Amino acid sequence: MTTQLLLVQALNGLQLGILLFLVAAGLTLVFGVMDFINLAHGVQYMLGAYLGASLAAATGSFWWGLVLALPAALAAGLVLEVLVFRHLYARDHLAQVLATFGVILFLNEGVKVLWGAAPLQVAVPPLLEGGIEIMPGLQYPLYRVAVLAAGVVTAGGLWWLVERTRAGMLVRAGATNAAMVSALGVDINRLFTLVFAFGAMLAGFAGVLAGPIFSVEPGMGDNVLILAFVVIVIGGIGSIRGAFVAALLVGLIDILGKSLMPDLMRLFLDASAARQAGAALASMLVYVAMAAILAFRPAGLFPVRAG
Amino acid sequence: MIGIGRRGLLGGTTALLAAPAILHAQPAGAVKIGVVAVQTGPQAALGNQLKEGFALGLKHLDGKLGGLTAETVLIDDELKPDVAVTKVRAALERDKVDFIVGVVFSNILQAIMRPVTESGTFLISTNAGPSTFAGRGCNPFFFTTSYNNDQVHSVMGQAAQDNGYRRVFVMVPNYQAGRDAVAGFKSKFRGEVVDEVYVPLTQLDFSAELAKIAAARPDAIFTFMPGGLGVNLVRQYRQAGLAGIPFLSTFTVDEATLPAQGDAALGFYSAASWAPNMDNPQNTRFVNDYVAAHNAVPATYAAQAYDAAMLLDSAIRRVNGNLAGKDALRAAIRAADFRSVRGPFAFGVNHYPVQDFWLLKVGRRADGKLETQTDRKVFTNAVDPWAAECRMR
Repeated sequence: MTTQLLLVQALNGLQLGILLFLVAAGLTLVFGVMDFINLAHGVQYMLGAYLGASLAAATGSFWWGLVLALPAALAAGLVLEVLVFRHLYARDHLAQVLATFGVILFLNEGVKVLWGAAPLQVAVPPLLEGGIEIMPGLQYPLYRVAVLAAGVVTAGGLWWLVERTRAGMLVRAGATNAAMVSALGVDINRLFTLVFAFGAMLAGFAGVLAGPIFSVEPGMGDNVLILAFVVIVIGGIGSIRGAFVAALLVGLIDILGKSLMPDLMRLFLDASAARQAGAALASMLVYVAMAAILAFRPAGLFPVRAG
Repeated sequence: MIGIGRRGLLGGTTALLAAPAILHAQPAGAVKIGVVAVQTGPQAALGNQLKEGFALGLKHLDGKLGGLTAETVLIDDELKPDVAVTKVRAALERDKVDFIVGVVFSNILQAIMRPVTESGTFLISTNAGPSTFAGRGCNPFFFTTSYNNDQVHSVMGQAAQDNGYRRVFVMVPNYQAGRDAVAGFKSKFRGEVVDEVYVPLTQLDFSAELAKIAAARPDAIFTFMPGGLGVNLVRQYRQAGLAGIPFLSTFTVDEATLPAQGDAALGFYSAASWAPNMDNPQNTRFVNDYVAAHNAVPATYAAQAYDAAMLLDSAIRRVNGNLAGKDALRAAIRAADFRSVRGPFAFGVNHYPVQDFWLLKVGRRADGKLETQTDRKVFTNAVDPWAAECRMR
């Protein structure tokens, strides 16, 4: 493997990491602040992708689709919060897992009824067509550069929002001790609703951005959700900074594992066994890394909660 | 059947008890068909194609099969073998279906094989064609209107060989069907396989693999990425500027995924025994009416189900609507006296089709929709590789 290929793979890892961060950011806010396990975060990502796809098709422009899908995803999040999630905050995690899992089933079938089971197509916006040649014969799509940029800007914006604004201060306080914040006269329920809706919008944003790269289909959020949970657990639940670092870490481990493992295994095994064992090991690597990190830092890399 | 186990005895008793009911099961001049088509989950798009293909066949036959009024019972297997068995049993015992037709996925077919065939009911698979039932496991009550899975991959191996490719990069999902695809491809391809990459079934981003492909600079790639995997791969392959490397695939670019892949798939290759642009009267009628009804081009799932309706029609007509004489009915199905949308069609000794296989290329129809189009014929009257092991007479 050449250095050039290794650098390209590292870039690919960062790319995957940024996409994961966009999904995980909303999840870590909701989980961290409200102590609420929202398995339905993945379907909110899916919903964002579907809304973006159909709004883009209706308006004829990816950008209008993006702009209109954000409030739509926010509204969908609010509806879900009022109808389902609000009644679960005081319940234990098991009840939350069961109920939000029900929402997954419901929405996965729901989009199928509305949009059909076949995957949808979202075209790359004309402005971002084409790519940059990063190695002979391989283009790095401009669209992915834009997604990278969007991810970094989102991360910066979130950091500013959480660390430097009054709303962010309340969110951080709520994450540390919700009862105390409530006792100090802050309407904690309104705060929760806002955080939740904002998280849903972030998931929707990630979904819209993923549309031109991934297939928009029922159940598309399920795989992403698992990785997003890995990210927030590694990063420390509730920590935006942790989610960012962990997302990049998971992206890098996943991509570098996939590209290096089969070659590494060839040192011990014959070619065909090495390929399959390497592939199997590479797909486990992210979870192995999570277990290793948790063994040394049980609360994740950047723990939020003091107690 | 010599070794009657407990299941056989129980089954026999149930059959005796149920006998009077069977006599009055269908009103005279009617036939009931259980259509097994997955309607749940992301793969429901394929099940829908199957269901609509069969329904269109019935429509073209004025709702009759061989003169009998046809009634269908839709069975959603939910892509879960245990669910499929329960529902199919219910269809056999409660609804008293005369035939079971359909099945997209091999694992579902494996599960319902015994319950259906042991009840003496004919099972016509319109898609799943595992090698398990083609060789020693062939069954007198089982027919398929599709193909043996292995054949399709070997078509691509032969095509790569014929094109004179010397170095091919292979990439498949890391599960049994993926490994079968590689084996099928290699059975005909004699050149060098530069690298074999196995990806998880949950793979989203192919950028790591695409960089490897670019670094390896093969003459072509061979891949098998069904469903959403294929949608992701095809679009990312095109976006990465790799489309200059020929894209040979099986079950990756077809009419079920093309609407989502869009122009990214133009010029990519696939293999099958049928394509929507085949020029024969029955195919033209089938494709035109399907497009008119669904505003979408049918895929093989629909075409093979359509053929199954035509096959049953011919068989039931041959036995004059007498469904009780199983041997005569079997001979009638075996005769395959119908006009297939793919042209020449016959059954081999193992009840798998003997048919031509084509290299297909994604192209644009006159109405702007994408479809796979015949590029050239690769195998003529191909018998599947397991047929010789089948001892059925």
